[in-house]
Amino acid sequence: MPSNKKHLLPNNIQENSEAEWLGSLFRKAVEDIERSGMQGTMLAEAWRFTDLNSFKVFEPIAATNTAVVSCPKFFAELDAVELHISNGALIWKDTFPEYVDLFDLADRKIAPSWLTEALGSAINTEMHPFAAINTTAFSGGVAMRIRKDAVMKKPIILLVDTQANDKIIVANPRVLVVLEEGAVVDLIEVHTGSGIYINNVVTELIIGKNARIGHYKLQTEDTDAFHIAMNAAHCAANSIYDNFALSTGAKLSRNEISATLDGIHTKYSINGSYLGCSDQHMETVTFIDHAKPSCVSHELYKGVLVNHAQGVFQGKILVRKNAQKTNGYQMNRALLLSKEVKINSKPELEIYADDVMCSHGATVGELDEEQIFYLMARGISKKQARAILVSAYVEEAINYINNLLIRDLFTMVASNWMQQNITDTQDINGS
Amino acid sequence: MLVDLIEECNMTLLEIENIHAEVDGRPILRGINLSIEAGRIHAIMGPNGSGKSTLTYVLTGRESCKVTQGSISFCGRDLLSMEPDERAIAGLFLAMQYPVELPGVSGLTFLREAVNARRKVAGEELVDSMEFLKMVRSKANSLGVSDEMLKRSVNVGFSGGEKKRNEILQMAMLEPRFCILDETDSGLDIDALKVVSDGVNSLRSSDRSMLVITHYQRLLDYIEPDLVHVLAHGRIQKTGGKELALQLEQRGYINFIETAA
Repeated sequence: MPSNKKHLLPNNIQENSEAEWLGSLFRKAVEDIERSGMQGTMLAEAWRFTDLNSFKVFEPIAATNTAVVSCPKFFAELDAVELHISNGALIWKDTFPEYVDLFDLADRKIAPSWLTEALGSAINTEMHPFAAINTTAFSGGVAMRIRKDAVMKKPIILLVDTQANDKIIVANPRVLVVLEEGAVVDLIEVHTGSGIYINNVVTELIIGKNARIGHYKLQTEDTDAFHIAMNAAHCAANSIYDNFALSTGAKLSRNEISATLDGIHTKYSINGSYLGCSDQHMETVTFIDHAKPSCVSHELYKGVLVNHAQGVFQGKILVRKNAQKTNGYQMNRALLLSKEVKINSKPELEIYADDVMCSHGATVGELDEEQIFYLMARGISKKQARAILVSAYVEEAINYINNLLIRDLFTMVASNWMQQNITDTQDINGS
Repeated sequence: MLVDLIEECNMTLLEIENIHAEVDGRPILRGINLSIEAGRIHAIMGPNGSGKSTLTYVLTGRESCKVTQGSISFCGRDLLSMEPDERAIAGLFLAMQYPVELPGVSGLTFLREAVNARRKVAGEELVDSMEFLKMVRSKANSLGVSDEMLKRSVNVGFSGGEKKRNEILQMAMLEPRFCILDETDSGLDIDALKVVSDGVNSLRSSDRSMLVITHYQRLLDYIEPDLVHVLAHGRIQKTGGKELALQLEQRGYINFIETAA
């Protein structure tokens, strides 16, 4: 196993070791990779659904930034400010308001203290070997700070594109978002690309007291690509984190979302949908650490799997001893539209407090023939009837996106997927 | 008198010939013959288990029901060779006895998809959601269907009356040639029955036919049929004018069941 990971260390590893401000973080990550490896029991359990042998094709080639890319055109309607990362490097930034500080992580000379204090503070690289790899190897990316009480009216679009061209590459983009007390922002993270590559991305969010962030992620990587993401948040008291992750891309994707709710009355909502076809492997791993009392967490994932797609959902809620009055809800529902699809659901609760309200569950289902007939009896084709019902199924989760414009955009992406991937012949009975 | 009635009609919309059908291998329909002309309203009455529902299944193309013998022509086309959606687009409409709940599908989306399915086949421009709300509103209001109800998930949390009004609204929007009303009166109080019947009556026209399926004569006070058929044991046992419904109400189905057996 460890050889797999060493294999993934890009040859520009030296760069990060040279950056003085990154020094200790880098050294710990290298140690974590070399010491714990995949052999730790907990670690092996967390990665047991992911076929790490499939990573062997990757040569340790550093990604180099290439073309300027643009967001998929349906985002044009959104009046947003944009940041573009290409092959791991920040290549474009719009003009941001004065209350937003931006820092290009390729800059190795000097970093502001808000950055050095925050970077790496929300993740444990011991438990996440790919985040450790990212930490040792990221050659670029972006850190941003939204200052105290600033309310960002325009959403931020962060486009992360990876172009492998003829080579096989590993990109390690790094993103840090710091919200000071009372700051408000919507961030849309879009992952696209073409070719065979690993996009090994780490996004850290440090959310201050009373701050509010909508963080919406769209993963539409090339279907030959690997998407390994760590999305870690540290939430202070009374903050609100509203997250939605929609995945349609990548041959293998593993989207890990974790948070520490480290102050009272935090509202943490992570919802999402994975839409898998052909032989895609789509994995969602979530971990919510209720560290302080009276926090609310809400998690609804809805998956749709067709052809030979595989879904994995591992969700864990930890409620610490003093986190009384915790309210936690976690649900993974999957719609299985062919005999050959596979889903692994592993919901877990670990509760040490005695006055909490927590529930979790997992369901699998298929489309209802009565509903299909009802739609067809009104003249709607079987294919369209199925697409309408699958869309409705997924929209139950999408409707948790607070920002209505963004909700519409995600609905549209999902509905485009339905039009392309839902046919009238898929049937759980194999017709 | 019957002969006179039939002679008045110059075009047969639906022609059912000697239909035998089974559900789960059990024969239910045992030779149904029925001819319905344009502009006519026929009622089918019958006791539980007589085959009324199975007849609607055969007409609308439910997979659960297997036709073993006979033919049906609709507007000159072979109905049995058509898929349920093709039948609907050809002008067949079933107002369901138990309208299905569609969680997450709004009434507006449902109706718009249905209208657009027809437009697509006709090669017409598809209608967008804003435009569509305007199209629906006046018809919806006359049936007491509010904007709020249109935006809700289809039939989810609807009362019996709301579900049936919603069915009639769909009928009004889709303007079918032939409507099957399957126990539309079930679950309705008198006021709701009046609203629904007014809705149905406003859709009566010289080129639209209806088949009203009911247990009770009551509905036929509101929607007056041209002909009434009594269905029992999978066959039409008797056909008459609307006075037949009154006789049934007074004497029950028992006579027909005995003669059939």
